[in-house]
Amino acid sequence: MPRGITEPDSLGHFGPYGGMYVPETLMSPLQDLIAEYARVRRDPAFKRELNAYLRDFVGRPTPLYHAQRLSAEVGAKVYLKREDLCHTGAHKINNSLGQVLLARRMGKKRIIAETGAGQHGVATATVSAMFGMSCVIYMGAVDMERQALNVSRMRRLGATVVPVTAGQKTLKEAISEAMRDWVTNVRTTHYILGSALGAHPYPMMVRDFQSVIGREARRQILAKEGRLPTHVVACVGGGSNAIGIFYPFIRDTRVRLIGVEAGGEVIRPGRHAARFAGGRVGILQGTRTYVLQDADGQIQLTHSVSAGLDYAAIGPEHALLRELKRAEYHHASDAEAMKGVNALCRLEGILPALETAHAVAYVLKTRKQFKPRDLVVINISGRGDKDVQQMEAWDAAQAAQGSGG
Amino acid sequence: MKTRIEQRFQELARRRQKGFIAYITAGDPSLEATEDFVMRLAEAGVDIVELGIPFSDPLADGRVNQESAARALEAGATPARVLETVARIRSRCEIPMMGYTYMNPVHARGAGRFMKEASAAGLDGLLLLDLPVEEADPYRVLLRKHHLDHIALVTPTTPDARIAKIVKSATGFVYCVSREGVTGTQNQLSPAAIDLVRRTKSMTALPVALGFGIGTPDHARTAAAAADAVVVGSAIVNRLHEAPDTAAGRQAAADWVRTLIDAVKGVS
Repeated sequence: MPRGITEPDSLGHFGPYGGMYVPETLMSPLQDLIAEYARVRRDPAFKRELNAYLRDFVGRPTPLYHAQRLSAEVGAKVYLKREDLCHTGAHKINNSLGQVLLARRMGKKRIIAETGAGQHGVATATVSAMFGMSCVIYMGAVDMERQALNVSRMRRLGATVVPVTAGQKTLKEAISEAMRDWVTNVRTTHYILGSALGAHPYPMMVRDFQSVIGREARRQILAKEGRLPTHVVACVGGGSNAIGIFYPFIRDTRVRLIGVEAGGEVIRPGRHAARFAGGRVGILQGTRTYVLQDADGQIQLTHSVSAGLDYAAIGPEHALLRELKRAEYHHASDAEAMKGVNALCRLEGILPALETAHAVAYVLKTRKQFKPRDLVVINISGRGDKDVQQMEAWDAAQAAQGSGG
Repeated sequence: MKTRIEQRFQELARRRQKGFIAYITAGDPSLEATEDFVMRLAEAGVDIVELGIPFSDPLADGRVNQESAARALEAGATPARVLETVARIRSRCEIPMMGYTYMNPVHARGAGRFMKEASAAGLDGLLLLDLPVEEADPYRVLLRKHHLDHIALVTPTTPDARIAKIVKSATGFVYCVSREGVTGTQNQLSPAAIDLVRRTKSMTALPVALGFGIGTPDHARTAAAAADAVVVGSAIVNRLHEAPDTAAGRQAAADWVRTLIDAVKGVS
């Protein structure tokens, strides 16, 4: 496949972003991973094996679905890329599968991962079970509570779920704890990072494994419509589903690529997770990118109704795409995301994850910008079964507020 | 002109003595306590003080140092206030001091400004935990400009070719990490750690220190037999945390550190 304008250098620099800012103990395993990944990238046998599993185990290609009632509501032709129909219920498994095959080639017997919403944890527990590897998932204690269904799924699949109680007990702390485990067990263990984050080669490798989303979507829209979309919209936490669908469209400069961050309650420190709205360039968990931080460089608390977007940094390739003005980034609030959930349920019969709902919400709240001939593709990155309790709690809180005045 | 760290290692070599480096987190439980404790450590015979400038997300640290950093941040230990404390200590004594921190606080202040201020306050070197040699060039230039030693880590997973690259980049001393893992105490010192010190020493004329996980006089003796200096961190942080936050409590902790120093100084 042709490489985009954002191809990183050998140390993973996407322009001024990215890189390898990790403790020395991790440099050697990361370099082994870089070397092995360079080999599999050129290996047609690896690609064949991965593609066979993506087809027969994950259920790819996922459909590109014309959402007729949503289209009428928006006033443009809206297609949904149905990653929610992947086995395990989200796009995360595209990456977990690629990395577990890599780990197996490297002779690793033990898999670790972090998870926020639990979808990456479930996907990783799934592929670990499939290949008979032991699996440990680090998850913030707050996230374990709000995504209890996924905790139960991971345990059923044989994974050990370790609660992380440091800091704000969400995704960031889970990543730190997974990295500490990796530092301690580097020789036996592969760390399947779940987003386009962290030190090189993760942002590039995760993007590559997720690019199957955009390659399929591009082919499918051309087959259905005979032209490229005008807009591609995806939610952005670390940014793996977004970079996965954006990447194959990067050279199609007339396609607007739109990432939607978590606006939380309000854009004020500690109450959102929109890095481009409130962040500055910094260095967190291996990479140089936009980070929500205070004046002294301490990482700020974040908030989002969706555990998967509740993170203080954004993938470095997104920082570069924004700087190059090749992609644009907006945010949707908790309340708007909840509206997005309800709209997609009632108009299309699809229950999206709270993360995904931010992308839907953006399209709905900016519907005035669209023209009837526009072709809008929304990446439906995951399904919302895991979030039903959160949604109930939200409704209850709204009702209480309404009646209590 | 030599830094205080280089001068101290020269003196140690002349006296045929091994060095003792003590790590504590600045500001845990308070910056006043830190100032007082550093004076007591100097009095106890510590050769170099390694001062943690707390960061909210300390990736390379185990639980003891993580919790210590969180307490320090809670108590208001910003980089600027830590450097003020360094300056106060510096006005009272000449003990070599190095900073231990992560990239983001340095980056947030502007690396040039941070290093200029660190040097002016009286720090003699800086260890940046998440700065590998591949990314180090622009920072090394700034460290040199501001007369700060660039303390770099080598670990049991570092291949020889990388060690060669790292020791060429480092100044002051080379810091060998005794094991695969984060900071924190352990039950024994692995033969791999001793081997790492030997390999490193064969590649550089710089002094070589061994740290991470050393917490008893026995460990300290074993480490000192191989290395030029021994670093003790979490064990001291823990000892200080458990002691009462009083002059007497800190003196008791410093007295305990003295037992480790005696073990190290007994090795020739």
